[in-house]
Amino acid sequence: MTDVGLVAPSTQILAERRRFRVLRKLAAHRSFKIGLVLVTVLALCAIIGPMLTGTDPTAMSIRYRFKPPSARFPFGSDQYGRDILTRVLYGGRLSLGIGFSVALLSGVFGAMIGILAGYFRALDPYVMRLMDALMAFPAILLAIGIGAALGAQASSIVVALSVAYVPRTARIVRASVLVIREMEYLQAARVSGAGDAHIIVKHVLPNCLGPLIVQLTFIFAYAILAEATLSFLGIGPPPPAPSWGNIIAEGRDYSVEAWWVMLFPGLAVSLAALGMNLLGDGLRDVLDPRLKIET
Amino acid sequence: MREAPIVIVRDLVKTFAARGASLRAVDGVSFDVGQGETLGLVGESGSGKSTTGRILVGLEAATSGSIRLFDQEISPASGKAALRAVRRRLQFVFQDPQNSLNPRMRAQDAIAEPLDVAGGLSRAARNDRVRELLEMVGLPRSCGDRFPHEFSGGQRQRIGIARALALKPEFIVCDEPVSSLDVSMQAQIVNLLLDLQERLGLSYLFIAHDLAVVRSISARVAVMYAGSIVEIAPRHELYTSPRHPYTQALLAAIPRVKPNKARAAVVTGELPSQIDTVPGCTFHPRCPFAFERCRAEKPKLREIAPSHLAACHLHDVPA
Repeated sequence: MTDVGLVAPSTQILAERRRFRVLRKLAAHRSFKIGLVLVTVLALCAIIGPMLTGTDPTAMSIRYRFKPPSARFPFGSDQYGRDILTRVLYGGRLSLGIGFSVALLSGVFGAMIGILAGYFRALDPYVMRLMDALMAFPAILLAIGIGAALGAQASSIVVALSVAYVPRTARIVRASVLVIREMEYLQAARVSGAGDAHIIVKHVLPNCLGPLIVQLTFIFAYAILAEATLSFLGIGPPPPAPSWGNIIAEGRDYSVEAWWVMLFPGLAVSLAALGMNLLGDGLRDVLDPRLKIET
Repeated sequence: MREAPIVIVRDLVKTFAARGASLRAVDGVSFDVGQGETLGLVGESGSGKSTTGRILVGLEAATSGSIRLFDQEISPASGKAALRAVRRRLQFVFQDPQNSLNPRMRAQDAIAEPLDVAGGLSRAARNDRVRELLEMVGLPRSCGDRFPHEFSGGQRQRIGIARALALKPEFIVCDEPVSSLDVSMQAQIVNLLLDLQERLGLSYLFIAHDLAVVRSISARVAVMYAGSIVEIAPRHELYTSPRHPYTQALLAAIPRVKPNKARAAVVTGELPSQIDTVPGCTFHPRCPFAFERCRAEKPKLREIAPSHLAACHLHDVPA
């Protein structure tokens, strides 16, 4: 039994190491690390940053209109003399919060719809035609429509973007489920007497989670960008509460004279989107246990 | 005489809908499997042998015919409730453990899945049972927390077998359990199955296309062709004096080290279409001995020697 002998030595140590295998692989993945650092730094800034600056993001001061970056205003100030750094830090709470909520909501509902459509084939045509209908609208147009109908506030942006992105997640999940449902291990589970609920929870869901999580990191990034776009178009979270999008929107008229108003929130948006994308790439490489990665 | 069979299959038919027509994948199959016995089921791809096995464990529904498992009638009419009653006593080993194990499930959870579904075991009892099963199939007790891809093909098949044994079944359908393994691993798995049979008194329906493997494990062998059993006989008799021309051709096709003996003609051509069925014997277009009657009348499986059945007009008692 030579094939058995191979696993015998130091199984205890191996088992210990295996438990952290995914984490170790992630730690060795370069773009994941860069993404993680970017996202963590931005999230930390959004969470604890506002406590450190001590200034009010809505405090106006006509005396200090359009001050370029300096010691007093590291990121400069806008047309009302508000500190851009403080506004970007506070804006991160809203923008990242919206991105996270959209990813979470479209993930949960997309997974439910995708599994229903992929697993219970009788439902598939109805559910997916509905998703196709939603997908036929450009996501941003759909979000504008829903956002306009619900009124300009952060929560309606979340709902609007979630609805806009659900078809994508549903499609990804359905595609995974269609592959998984043909797998022999589902039949094996069935021979063991397992019912649909057991099979969905134990076999279908874990195996479609990888692509879903990857997709959600991208949706997180899209949502941040979309929030900026919607704010730019005037239907984002309403001023004076700052979000990255509406800081950019307000700075747009002065972009030549006061470039810093748009630059810093713009940088934040780009870095957040880049970070989430890198994170997603890393997760995709590592979450598939069969995929060998070279780092 | 043999003991009362624990599996009795009669006139099993399975048709699949195929582009408007219907395909008879299994066309009136009948056989018995006795307590502690291994029935080998051989045939080429598409002969319906896997479908037969899958119907037995409820992975496919039979179109007609009757199946009696442990004195429990399983028919299309009695449905799933009847199957559930015998489910625990009946298991299935899949061809390719690469596909039949969930890549995200640790070996211990894959093995314990039938236990978890059945319920009623404490955590500790479950884990003890898993370790016991690992040991039974010759794997280290401690390897339960590994994932399938961390095992070799042979080890994965051992996990598949351990899983099948979890609920202490009496009858296991093995669907080409060694076809995906290399030859040395095949021997190990076959020996493991024989060893387990002896220890646990298991009965097997052993499905394979490799006659040599079937020979090493089966007490009796049934040969399937185009959805029907054409010959069924005790192992020794089937291999030494095959009576059906198809069996003769199959045996002749086994490669030999010293190919000096005169051999029966190897069959040429392909399986007949199972959609547009030809009248008469399904084998007659390829049979070197076909005569008028073969083209008109389908031969029935009948006893031509003690416990030796064949479906061929050549062995009819002249009227």
